[in-house]
Amino acid sequence: MDFVRNFPLFSILLPMVSGPISSVMSGKWAKRLNFAVVTVSGLLSVAALVYVLSTGEAYTYRMGAFPAPFGNEIRVGVLEAMTATFFCFVMLLSIVGGYRFTAVDVPEEKQNLYYIMLNLLLSSLLALIYTNDMFTGYVFIEINTIAACGLIMIRGWGRNLLAAIKYMIMSLLGSGLVLISLSILYGITGHLLMEQMHESVVKIMEQGTYTEPLTVAVGLFCVGIAIKSALFPFHSWLPDAYGYSTCASSAILSSLVSKGYIFLLIKFFYRVIGTDIIHQIQVDDVLFVFGIAGMVFGSVSAIQQTDVSRMIAFSSVAQIGYIYMGFGLNTEAGMIASIFHILAHAAGKSMLFISLNSLSDGTWEYANYRRLRGAAYRHRIAGLGFAVGSLSMVGIPLLAGFTSKVYYAKAAFGVGSTYKMLIALVALAISTILNAMYFIGQLINIYTPLVVEPEPGKVRHATATRIAVFMFIIVNFVLGMGSEPVFRWIQTGLAQFK
Amino acid sequence: MDALFENYLAVVSMVLFGIGFGNLLLQKNLIKKIIGLNIMDTAVYLFLASMGYISGRLAPIITDGDTTASRYVNPIPSGLVLTGIVVSVSVTALMLALTIRLYRRYRTLDIDEITLLVRREHNE
Repeated sequence: MDFVRNFPLFSILLPMVSGPISSVMSGKWAKRLNFAVVTVSGLLSVAALVYVLSTGEAYTYRMGAFPAPFGNEIRVGVLEAMTATFFCFVMLLSIVGGYRFTAVDVPEEKQNLYYIMLNLLLSSLLALIYTNDMFTGYVFIEINTIAACGLIMIRGWGRNLLAAIKYMIMSLLGSGLVLISLSILYGITGHLLMEQMHESVVKIMEQGTYTEPLTVAVGLFCVGIAIKSALFPFHSWLPDAYGYSTCASSAILSSLVSKGYIFLLIKFFYRVIGTDIIHQIQVDDVLFVFGIAGMVFGSVSAIQQTDVSRMIAFSSVAQIGYIYMGFGLNTEAGMIASIFHILAHAAGKSMLFISLNSLSDGTWEYANYRRLRGAAYRHRIAGLGFAVGSLSMVGIPLLAGFTSKVYYAKAAFGVGSTYKMLIALVALAISTILNAMYFIGQLINIYTPLVVEPEPGKVRHATATRIAVFMFIIVNFVLGMGSEPVFRWIQTGLAQFK
Repeated sequence: MDALFENYLAVVSMVLFGIGFGNLLLQKNLIKKIIGLNIMDTAVYLFLASMGYISGRLAPIITDGDTTASRYVNPIPSGLVLTGIVVSVSVTALMLALTIRLYRRYRTLDIDEITLLVRREHNE
């Protein structure tokens, strides 16, 4: 067995072990350890990606002494390794970009605790990506929730605590639904590993005996994940949680945390239930409707916001709607578009949060239009980052957001039903216009020259933030212009899921 | 109808799940919400445990050298319940800790009132 095969497991264990170690370190050393851990996990994922690309097939990795139907497994394919690499990369940039703000927002004695949460979050995200066992998936969903809650409340303002408890309540409702759904599924299939569950599910559908419990279980799982990933109308916790956290937290929460759950949902659709059965029990139509509603109403709510960080947070609701709309199309092209959009949104949204924090110097309680006027002239690279991020979200050619919209449009044309195609295309058009309304308005605002001298910011501008924003800009352009290899990897990865 | 009485444990656990879910979602009082969370999780454990138990069979611990599989129950549902208990204990602890912090700050457990107070605090 090649040694590289162990790397995905190492990349999960390393952050998990380094979390507790950070608790006895000073904030400074915890920060260094966290940087090293995220980098090493990223490199391990790159090695895994190169390995699965070179062998051309996915492999399962047995955990512990018990073989397949009983034991626990992780599974590594192109899609998993690619997503893990990308998540590590975005996480690293978000943390580095947020260093300056973390130092201000997080009290000195709590710095190491913050990095524990980041390490645990990375570990649980990677486990959600790689796991081949649904119950392990559930456990890591909870770990992810706890770590994310820590990230939200670390700033310690009253509204952070409130946002954290709201987040916990909604998340726990979601994970309760996931747990009961998995229990029902375990009851009717008798397995927890994805392949074995899939075999049983196919048999159940053929015999037609337990189709109702199966439908209920799939429905509960989808609702649970939808609550946790803030699909409209379950998004009530999102704006406070994303909008008021410290810079790195906002960036990571909006770009990665909800995507980890969504990735598990993709595996659930492809590897546990099977897309044709999903179509047969019509779960995809429901997701399609909610996705479309999210695309429109998320943007409508964003337009109404006066606080720009809440505006960006609400725009996440719209982007999550896009992702679910792609699931609802339930074609290969739709799924590829959604996975590409996960990457595009992660790259764009985290950059937007970091840029906005730089523009507003990270210390204002409200970043409203008036105070942001002309801010781009004070922080040029942050202004540029905000511009690129906004334009990518709107869908301007050459940027990542445009490419994913093209994929969505192509997928819509490929879908069988004419109604679905028309609704998807119209919703894409409306959503693009709505996105443009608030993002372009804000962009003009920050590039409007000021007549009066601005109030001086408390946070000194950091090179780390500049580098992070610069790297994010590059990622956005790379995803926008050179999407071909990523597209092919997603395609191979999805083919390996079957 | 008979199926309902035959599978009464499953029915009871679903009813309990609904009660817990409703409490976690709708109660204003944070402590009652947490109680709802625990009822919800416990309902799932009842469901798993009732499915995992077959009457007349033993726990899978071999004491008399008898290894016929049909004498014992499957240990995995019990294992899942144990894992689930660990998870629910930790999220309950986290929720309680958050509740204490909110209570110390705002002197109330009512989440609507806290929301109002927070809004007032940050608008001034």
